[in-house]
Amino acid sequence: MSVLIYVELDNGSIKKTSLEAVAYGAKVAEKTGGQAVVLALGKAENTALEIAGQYGAAKVLHAAAAELEHENSLAYANALVQAATQEGSKIIILSKSGLGDAMAARAAAKLKAGIVSGVTALPETDGGFKVTRSIFTGKAFATTEIRSDIKVLVVRKNAIELDEAGLTGGNAAVEAFQPTLRDSDFTASVVSVEKADSELSLTEAEIIVSGGRGMKGPEHWQPLIDLAKALGAATGCSKPVSDLDWRPHHEHIGQTGIKVAPSLYIACGISGAIQHLAGVNGSKCIVVINKDPEAPFFKAADYGIVGDVFEILPKLTEAAKSLK
Amino acid sequence: MKILVCITNVPDTTARISFTDNDTKLNKNGVQFIIGPYDDYALARGVELKEQYSGSLTVLHIGEADAEPQIRKALAIGADDAIRVNAEPQDSYFAAAQIAHIASQGTYDLILMGRESIDYNSGVVHGLVGEMLGIPSYSPVMKLDIDGNNATITREIDGGKEVLKAPLPLVLGCQEPIAEWKIPNMRGIMTARTKPLNVVEPVSVDDMTAPQTYKLPAPKGACRMIPASEAETLIKLLQTEAKVL
Ligand SMILES: Cc1cc2nc3c(=O)[nH]c(=O)nc-3n(C[C@H](O)[C@H](O)[C@H](O)COP(=O)(O)OP(=O)(O)OC[C@H]3O[C@@H](n4cnc5c(N)ncnc54)[C@H](O)[C@@H]3O)c2cc1C
Repeated sequence: MSVLIYVELDNGSIKKTSLEAVAYGAKVAEKTGGQAVVLALGKAENTALEIAGQYGAAKVLHAAAAELEHENSLAYANALVQAATQEGSKIIILSKSGLGDAMAARAAAKLKAGIVSGVTALPETDGGFKVTRSIFTGKAFATTEIRSDIKVLVVRKNAIELDEAGLTGGNAAVEAFQPTLRDSDFTASVVSVEKADSELSLTEAEIIVSGGRGMKGPEHWQPLIDLAKALGAATGCSKPVSDLDWRPHHEHIGQTGIKVAPSLYIACGISGAIQHLAGVNGSKCIVVINKDPEAPFFKAADYGIVGDVFEILPKLTEAAKSLK
Repeated sequence: MKILVCITNVPDTTARISFTDNDTKLNKNGVQFIIGPYDDYALARGVELKEQYSGSLTVLHIGEADAEPQIRKALAIGADDAIRVNAEPQDSYFAAAQIAHIASQGTYDLILMGRESIDYNSGVVHGLVGEMLGIPSYSPVMKLDIDGNNATITREIDGGKEVLKAPLPLVLGCQEPIAEWKIPNMRGIMTARTKPLNVVEPVSVDDMTAPQTYKLPAPKGACRMIPASEAETLIKLLQTEAKVL
């Protein structure tokens, strides 16, 4: 019996959240007695894939068919099902993302598998297979026992600490994999793809500097961007900021936007409305800068500074630059 | 154009969450319920498309009778009729199987729902329904236009967006800015009272999971305040104390 882990690629490299999923899957394989097999779809060099071994994978199945180059959740889910069948996998693991959820769902329906998305910790396997996941947008947790023979888990960032996983493995063998593709998965045509030039995606970022209405307008964003640059951070914003078109929609964090779970979240001029907190409560450390000492965000923060963002941001940027 | 919109009935975004019955049930006491915010976007766009193409729109909810005010609200916003499957879903698979069953009895061009429910945040029901029906599913959809038998969809992807053209029928998980939330008007509220709301029993589905138990996160420790005049010391603390730099 094996554990199958799907890894997302970004320009031919395995995404960090997917490497976490590999480490997670390897731990599950250890607990359930089996090996961890990785599936990668799309163009990538063997050298970029074999490192999955360091995170505990025994081997990597790689399907490089040209049709799989563009992200297509339907065809990808079909390939995932075929890989699971070939490997006799009873547990399938993906990292939480739009693509991960879409593939997991379609594969679960096909395999008649129980599916749990948003998993935050390793499963308990003594007496049933129980997983805990985040619910109510981070306000609570639910523990669910999956009873189906095949199980599909979609895991959140930080569900496992990478150093806790102890990267002891060597490189994994990469095997070519040729799923049978179906025309019915390719009925949509891609009209256009627009990617932001910012290299760092919010869901992958370890540090996020985020701005709210307290930033006063798009023309005042530079001090925030400077701090983000100095820290190697991605930039985010509150909903009104993207509603007002001060920042692009894909930066919108919260209940109705992106949910993030960085190591460090720095909130600048954001009041901390419950709907915003819902998107950031997976963060390890939260810093809040707000001129209003009563701002609700301070209640959810680890560190707080009461003051004017425009005075504080340059000081932080200076200090961050001198770190190196 | 036949449209099916699936709605969840969820605690308001500001609700305090707590549990009862040995942490096996949500404490509904004093909690205000609403149509899931993402479902509300799906409904709003569904109503616009229905009006544009003189189509019909059925709203579907899987859940108990206490959701009826929210279902009536959807009717007041513009749905023509409603179906409630009388069962509290235990998991995504169960909910999806009910939706797929209802959908297979009509010939819907579009099956719309929110990208995720805000209670369980799974974001997998549209994919499950799509596969169960053997039709494509896409999410999260930020823009949706119909041209004959094709939909043009703008989807959010990691760090950007993608525009797809796909033939109907489709299952779509929706999010803003696909449409503005609609507020029912007086006339809508009056007519909603007489629109059909059919209650049907669920089809049987194998249990994939056992009933779950809940818990609240550990309370957060106190926030450490740093005087604005010493703001720069924060960076050191983040490095040496919090160890996140
Ligand atoms: C159904 C629903 C879903 C929602 N979803 C989301 C969501 O996903 N994400 C989200 O963010 N919001 C969401 N909201 C909106 C949310 O309720 C708040 O309105 C929003 O988060 C407030 O944004 P803000 O903090 O940027 O602005 P404000 O609440 O206006 O706060 C601005 C803050 O900046 C501070 N400030 C002003 N000037 C300065 C200065 N010079 N220096 C320092 N601080 C300063 C002020 O003290 C204040 O605290 C949702 C609302 C609803 C009803």
